[in-house]
Amino acid sequence: MTAVQLTAVILWLGVTVYAVFGGADFGAGIWDLLAGGTQRGLRPRALIADAIAPVWEANHTWLIFDLVILWTAFSGAFAAIMSTLFVPLTLAGLGIVLRGSAFAFRPMASRLRERRLAGAVFAGSSVLTPFFLGATAGAIASGRVPVGNAAGGLIGSWLNPTGMLVGALAVATCAYLAAVFLVADARRREQVDLERYFLRRATAAAIVAGALALGGIAVLRVDAPALADGLLRRGWPLVLVSGLCGALALVRLQRGTPRGTRALAIGAVVAVVWGWGMAQYPDILPGSLSLAQAAAPAATLGALQIVFIVAALVIGPSLALLFNLDQRSRLEGHGLGHDSPASRGS
Amino acid sequence: MPIATVLLAASPELLAARSQMAFTLGFHIILACLGVGLPSIVLIANAIGLRRNDPVALLLARRWSAIMAVTFAVGAVTGTVLSFEMGLLWPVLMGRFGAAFGLPFAIEGVFFFLEAIFIAIYIYGWRHLSPRAHLLSGIPVALSGLGGTFSVVAANAWMNQPGGYVLGPDGRVSDVAPLEVLFNRATGYEVTHMLLAAFMVSGFLLASTYAAGMLRGRVDHYVRLGFLIPFTFAALATPFQAVVGDVAARSVFQDQPAKFAAMELITTSGPNQPVTIGGVLLDGRVVGGIRIPELASWLAGFSPSTRISGFDAVPAADRPPATIVHLAWDAMLGIGTALLALVAWFALLRMRRRDVATSRWFLRAATMAGLASIVALEAGWIVTEVGRQPWVVYLVLRTADAVTRAPGVQLSYALVVVLYSGLGLATLLALRTMSRRWAREDAMSEGRVDIDWHVPYGPPDGRPDA
Ligand code: HDD
Ligand code: HEM
Ligand code: HEM
Repeated sequence: MTAVQLTAVILWLGVTVYAVFGGADFGAGIWDLLAGGTQRGLRPRALIADAIAPVWEANHTWLIFDLVILWTAFSGAFAAIMSTLFVPLTLAGLGIVLRGSAFAFRPMASRLRERRLAGAVFAGSSVLTPFFLGATAGAIASGRVPVGNAAGGLIGSWLNPTGMLVGALAVATCAYLAAVFLVADARRREQVDLERYFLRRATAAAIVAGALALGGIAVLRVDAPALADGLLRRGWPLVLVSGLCGALALVRLQRGTPRGTRALAIGAVVAVVWGWGMAQYPDILPGSLSLAQAAAPAATLGALQIVFIVAALVIGPSLALLFNLDQRSRLEGHGLGHDSPASRGS
Repeated sequence: MPIATVLLAASPELLAARSQMAFTLGFHIILACLGVGLPSIVLIANAIGLRRNDPVALLLARRWSAIMAVTFAVGAVTGTVLSFEMGLLWPVLMGRFGAAFGLPFAIEGVFFFLEAIFIAIYIYGWRHLSPRAHLLSGIPVALSGLGGTFSVVAANAWMNQPGGYVLGPDGRVSDVAPLEVLFNRATGYEVTHMLLAAFMVSGFLLASTYAAGMLRGRVDHYVRLGFLIPFTFAALATPFQAVVGDVAARSVFQDQPAKFAAMELITTSGPNQPVTIGGVLLDGRVVGGIRIPELASWLAGFSPSTRISGFDAVPAADRPPATIVHLAWDAMLGIGTALLALVAWFALLRMRRRDVATSRWFLRAATMAGLASIVALEAGWIVTEVGRQPWVVYLVLRTADAVTRAPGVQLSYALVVVLYSGLGLATLLALRTMSRRWAREDAMSEGRVDIDWHVPYGPPDGRPDA
């Protein structure tokens, strides 16, 4: 494998991990949005907050990781994407600010009204952000981002059938992933009713995501024939794997046997992301820029690879520690000044 | 008149892009300082608490770590926006030079990842980890803050002193020397100065709230310790900050003559240059201000015969807006000197074993120190960034050539201002809510620290522990 290919693979791994963990994180916010009135939504919302609080910042650091690799290793592609897709990416960036800060502030709000506002902002931006990130992916994959400084259509590049389809698919996938994860979280906390609650939602989200994916193929054939072609000709094994994983997970969820569904759901997402990668390889901007053309000089890629090795050596174990402590429930009882009797009483 | 030329030459879109960048950076940097400085302060309190078996120190550590959780979250999201903006606003900068100065950001990514992971472990681990494991889990937080600062500021230093690459005729970067990028001519002083600034801002800001508490009449072990730990921490950094700043100024004199001319309002090149305190540049002439003859030449080269090049040596199109840079420079220097005096006063009080709580004038001054150091921080960045104009990469790439061609930056700037104003307000409100809650708790326990529920490492509150 060449240094360029290796860097591209690592970039794509970063995108995949963000799609899974960032996706599940956004999805949890979507279920927060859909949890209903204050009383009815109380327990699901509490589970959601509890489940993502210790890990949301780490989950989103993957996005930074991806941006930084892209701008260092494939600078020309980064410049083209960020300038042509100015609108959806500005909105996604602002969505990330709104979401993160609302989530951080919500437990501190003392009045119900403030807490509702923070909750609404958190949940609303959990839908909008993945939607715009998805629209961005759709614009790139369908070859609508040419090389240059804002050389593509400011609106037309993403506000089109493919952009909207991928945006919607991203939202549905996030919701699906999150529901599957939350089933496991509820089970670990022995909250049987919530387990069933999220089981039902996981099933619904799986059906919606599957329908979007299937219908999407028809949309792509018309709106982005080159992408459809790449997906079906070269990416088909992965598309198939994704479909199988999704279907299998659905069957298990239907039967109420959630064991293994987490792995299947992750598998479905991973396969789609790599199917997309296969479909456009060896281009980074389909039809206008190949990975090799965009790649930074060898010394830069070499230095990046050293950074990756160090990162894998230190971040890998640290993340494992975080997730391990989290799964063993060593990180509950948040440190946010909430667990003293005085505040509990108020 | 340089300001007018710079402003008029700029399209509204460019102006909006620069303003948006400056606004979001100026916002992020305050939280970044807290993210770098607070972990060390929390750990000191935590360690004191464990060593002296002092529940009050542990309580402070725990409360400060709750503050840290809030500011870290806001710092992380505003930092993410900055990463977006590097491309959204300056695609040509990144497209052309990403292969060179992108690297420090990649390293920064690793550090911030570590910081995010361990801050979660530390904050959520108060109850369930053993005291020792918990204290240890805080150390990577403090260290990765330092590492992160090093890498981001090295990227900024590279913009001031670019090097470690060759620009080919096709406009593409080649022959990148990563170590030369990372350790460029400005890295040493910028990184050190920024780190010390972060320590000062976090320490003085935190201490100033307890100074205010003492002025309002609450004087007990809790408030004294809450003041002394962060204040001592910041005080230790202050003298070093002045020394490093002095080194920085002489390096700027050597390497970035146009910026130096703007800082000192020097119009005509030559020896015997004065220092001007205050004053503005109007139609190429210095108006107002107090002049101290020959001081600038003394400071730059230790002798009045030191030649300093002025604006006449810089083509009109390449001059930074002098007045802004000069006033910001004066503000930083003034505040730096004042803080130095405050620290000397503190040292005197401590040497005479006087209780700081009894010196009301000292406490009044100390309540101002937090905000003052933030002003110095912002002013310093204005000197660095506005003083580099019209270049984004010094002498290599003009800001005007780096900006995005996407229309709509004015709109995004407006959105950002509204959103960040709300965010700033919400952050302040959240911090106020927390401090009021703590005050209520303390009032309920009447100043006693009730071991049962105040001590972070106390018995688990009925929850099954693993
Ligand atoms: C607490 C904040 C603070 C304080 C008290 C000072 N500074 Fe500072 N200064 C900064 C915070 C800062 C900064 C963090 O904002 C800057 C911006 C870029 C940098 O590296 O540090 C800076 C930049 C900066 C620069 C420009 C460097 C460049 O453009 O590359 C100079 C020459 C100085 N400082 C000099 C001083 C001196 C002589 C001080 C003496 C009292 C001083 N600073 C106090
Ligand atoms: C450490 C990393 C930093 C990087 C990589 C960075 C990068 C940039 C870039 C790309 C621009 C736009 C181009 C230009 O105007 O030259 C800019 C402008 C600016 N930045 Fe920074 N910056 C950093 C830190 C800061 C901080 C912490 C502040 C704090 C206030 C700041 C203040 C400004 C200001 C005021 C401008 C506008 C200058 C002008 O256009 O007149 N910068 N910076
Ligand atoms: C002197 C300038 C800067 C310093 C000292 C600094 C420092 C920090 C620190 C300490 C954090 C951790 C969060 C916190 O503690 O609040 C942080 C977060 C972040 N910063 Fe900055 N920063 C600077 C400028 C920048 C610039 C110019 C960028 C991007 C171009 C940037 C991107 C980020 C990102 C992406 C994060 C979030 C990391 C995470 O998810 O944990 N920062 N910064």
